[in-house]
Parts: sequence; structure tokens; C-alpha cells
Amino acid sequence: MDLFETFFNLEVLARSFPMLLKGLWLTLQLGAASILAGLVLGLGLCMMRLYAARPVQILTRVYIDVFRSIPLLVLLIIVYYALPFVGLRLSPFVSAMAALTMVSGAYTAEIFRSGIEAIPRGQFEAAAALGLGHRQTMTDVILPQSIRMVIPPLTNNSINVVKDTALASVVAMPDLLKQATQAQALAANPSPLIGAAVIYLAFLLPLVLLVSRLERRLNRGKA
Amino acid sequence: MPGYISIRNLHKHYGEFHALRGIDLEIARGEVVCVVGPSGSGKSTLIRCINRLEDFSADSAIRVDGVPVLPGSNLARVRAEVGMVFQSFNLFPHLTVRENIMLAPRRVRRTGRAEAAAQADRLLERVGLAAHAGKYPSALSGGQQQRVAIARALAMEPQVLLFDEPTSALDPEMVGEVLDVMRDLAQTGVTMVVVTHEMGFARQVADRVIFMDGGEVIESAPPEAFFSAPREARTRNFLHAVLDH
Repeated sequence: MDLFETFFNLEVLARSFPMLLKGLWLTLQLGAASILAGLVLGLGLCMMRLYAARPVQILTRVYIDVFRSIPLLVLLIIVYYALPFVGLRLSPFVSAMAALTMVSGAYTAEIFRSGIEAIPRGQFEAAAALGLGHRQTMTDVILPQSIRMVIPPLTNNSINVVKDTALASVVAMPDLLKQATQAQALAANPSPLIGAAVIYLAFLLPLVLLVSRLERRLNRGKA
Repeated sequence: MPGYISIRNLHKHYGEFHALRGIDLEIARGEVVCVVGPSGSGKSTLIRCINRLEDFSADSAIRVDGVPVLPGSNLARVRAEVGMVFQSFNLFPHLTVRENIMLAPRRVRRTGRAEAAAQADRLLERVGLAAHAGKYPSALSGGQQQRVAIARALAMEPQVLLFDEPTSALDPEMVGEVLDVMRDLAQTGVTMVVVTHEMGFARQVADRVIFMDGGEVIESAPPEAFFSAPREARTRNFLHAVLDH
């Protein structure tokens, strides 16, 4: 058996393709749901971290630091295998989404914070001097400017989330990677794994390139 | 009699630094006051206390139209009555010129969109920028941006206008256009407090000139007396330094 037959066996690939597509669909659902929930969580955490009462600020900071430090795989296994001991039994999808969201929210909060802190003080002062309240200052003046700045790091984070969905295969979620490993076992041939890798690349590589372009454009605007 | 703006025993500390050392100042309704002095004398800090962009110590008191300038729900109300123009313009870069002017009336006064837009266009006409309503601030010169900032402050129909060195960040050839707008405003009866280095403007437009140094008000006099017969030695030294060179 030559290398091509082993890793790029078209017959095996064609047979496993429907399985891979099913896995891809689940991967995308999990990725999208976790990214969106992470954005909402992150914005909320960021606002608490910057503007809540002092004790809440400290708690938020602890949350953010802990969830940026913990390996996602460890968190996922705790959610899926440990929580049932206290009566909380979550499906593989919900477990994976919860773990991804908790971590993504922590990173997103820091990204939003950097975006808000990059806005000059004069913008806050001008809004305050006009009589705008805190909420209006945020929604009408600060966040619209911050969002532009944080689009590249947010996209980066989203890429990470999609990549990390592959960890969900350890809690028996039939995502793209899980489908590929099953197809590989079934066919006794690793071509489906290569197929999965190509599919991941096909989705994520354009996003990586997009981030580079956005960053270049943003830096050009600064100069 | 307490003035329209009443400042009593105003103290401000930045850590160890005592920036304002007990300022007492009464400003009448419609009065135009220019505050001059060397940099670091506390003049910007003083006017930033009037709308409480700077916090000040609890034993100090500032009232605008009788309303104490305290943190809390009153503060936004005071700020809506007190317009401010900054040295660095601080226009909102993501909004067009017209939208910059419309924002506060729409959000704070709940003015309708069409009405706010019409008002913005009238104000732009007044500061000579009617043709630029749809542009973004970055497309305008410094002098034009500062005139937009004045129009933006006027949109709230404030009783008081604070100017924090409005021409200091401008190229020399643009200073005049901004001062002209301010001169027109001074005729309208709005109360103005202007921190400035433009002695010519102070002499012609102010009802009263205040000289600050070291966090204190050293001298306060009508412009004639202030410039031709300053009483205090420190005022004389300052005027000598800025006028004769």
C-alpha cells in the first residue's frame, strides 16, 4: 500500500463524506452557538469588570483569570463527567457549549476591555458634558468605536472557538472530528481524518487571512 | 448675592498636589468671564469642576442656577444646562457632523429625528459650516472641527458655556474663525467662562478677566482695569511675559 492509498484513499473518502458533512454541521452549530453566547457573556463580564461595584469587579476579574487559565479539555471533562455527581446531567452538546462559552466569554471580556480602554478619555468627557448617561455613552459613543477596533481579535477568538469544538469529541459528541475517527475505524484507513483536516482548513484558513487583512487595514488607518 | 454660577471654597487635590486652593467665585447670568494664567495654575481644573468632570473635595460647593453640582441623578441635569468646548474638540469620529450635533438632543431631550436634524442644520449655518453636515469630523480642519464642537454644545441650548482653551490646539490661521464664533455667542446673553491664552479676545469680549496662579484667584477685574492697571505683582509679571516680547 503506498502513501497515497493510505492517506488519500478517494474511495474511503467518498464513502465517509456524508458522515463528515454531518459532523461538520454539528461543529458549525456548536461553534456558532458558543461564539454568540461567548460574545454576550463577554460583554456583560467586561461591563462588570469596568463599571460594577468594587466587590463585583474583583469577582469578575477572578472569573476571567481562572477561565483563561484552565485548559478547555479539563473544564469540558469536569462539566460532562463531574457535574452529574451533583445531579446536573448535561447533553454532550450542552456540555461542550457551556465549556466553550465560559472560556470564550473570559477572553472576549478582555478583548472588549482593551477596545474600551483604547478610546480616548476626551470621548467619555464629551459625552458626559452633553448630559448623556453612562448607558447612552456606552451604546452611542464608546462601543461603536470600540467594536471596529476589536473585530480582528474577536475574529481570532472565534477561530479558536471553532478549533476547540474538536475537543467535544471526547464527550462523545458526533462532531466533525468524532465522525472522522469513527469513519477511520470503520474503514481501517486514516483518509477520513485527512478529509476532516481539509474541511477544517477550508473553513478556518479564509478567516485567518481575513484577520490579517483587517489588522493591516486598521493599522493603516492609524498611521 | 450668589451668582448664577456660585463657587465656594473650591479645593481640588491630585494625590499630594493641591491644584485648587480654596476658590471663591460668583458669576452672574449672562456674564462673559475669561480665565487667564500660566499653565499649571489650575484654570482648566477650575472650569472642569463646574460640570464636575473633575471631582472636588466634599467641603467645596458649586451651584449652577441654584442646583448643587453633586454626583448622582442631578448631575446629568446640570450637565445638560452647561455646554463645554474642549481644547482637543472631542468630536465623535464615528458620527457625521450633523449626527454629532443631533446625538444629545435626541438622547437626552428625546427630540424627534427630523426636528433634531433641522436644529443641527440651523446651528451649522450659524457657525458657517452648513455645507459640511454630512461629512465625518476627520474630513474637517481643526478650526472647522472646533466650530462643530461649539454647535454641538449649543444644541442642548445651554445656559452656560465652558471653553477649555478652545484655540490652543489650532494652527494660528484657524484661531480667528473660532474666536469670531465665540464673539458672536458672547452677544447672545449666554453665560460664558473661557479659559484662554488669547489676551486680545479677553480684552475685547470679556466682562471680567480672572487671573489664576498656583491654584488661587489672584486678581479679578474688568478687562480695561485688568490690562491697563493690574493691582497684583504676579498679574503684572504674567502680563509682562505674555504681552511684551
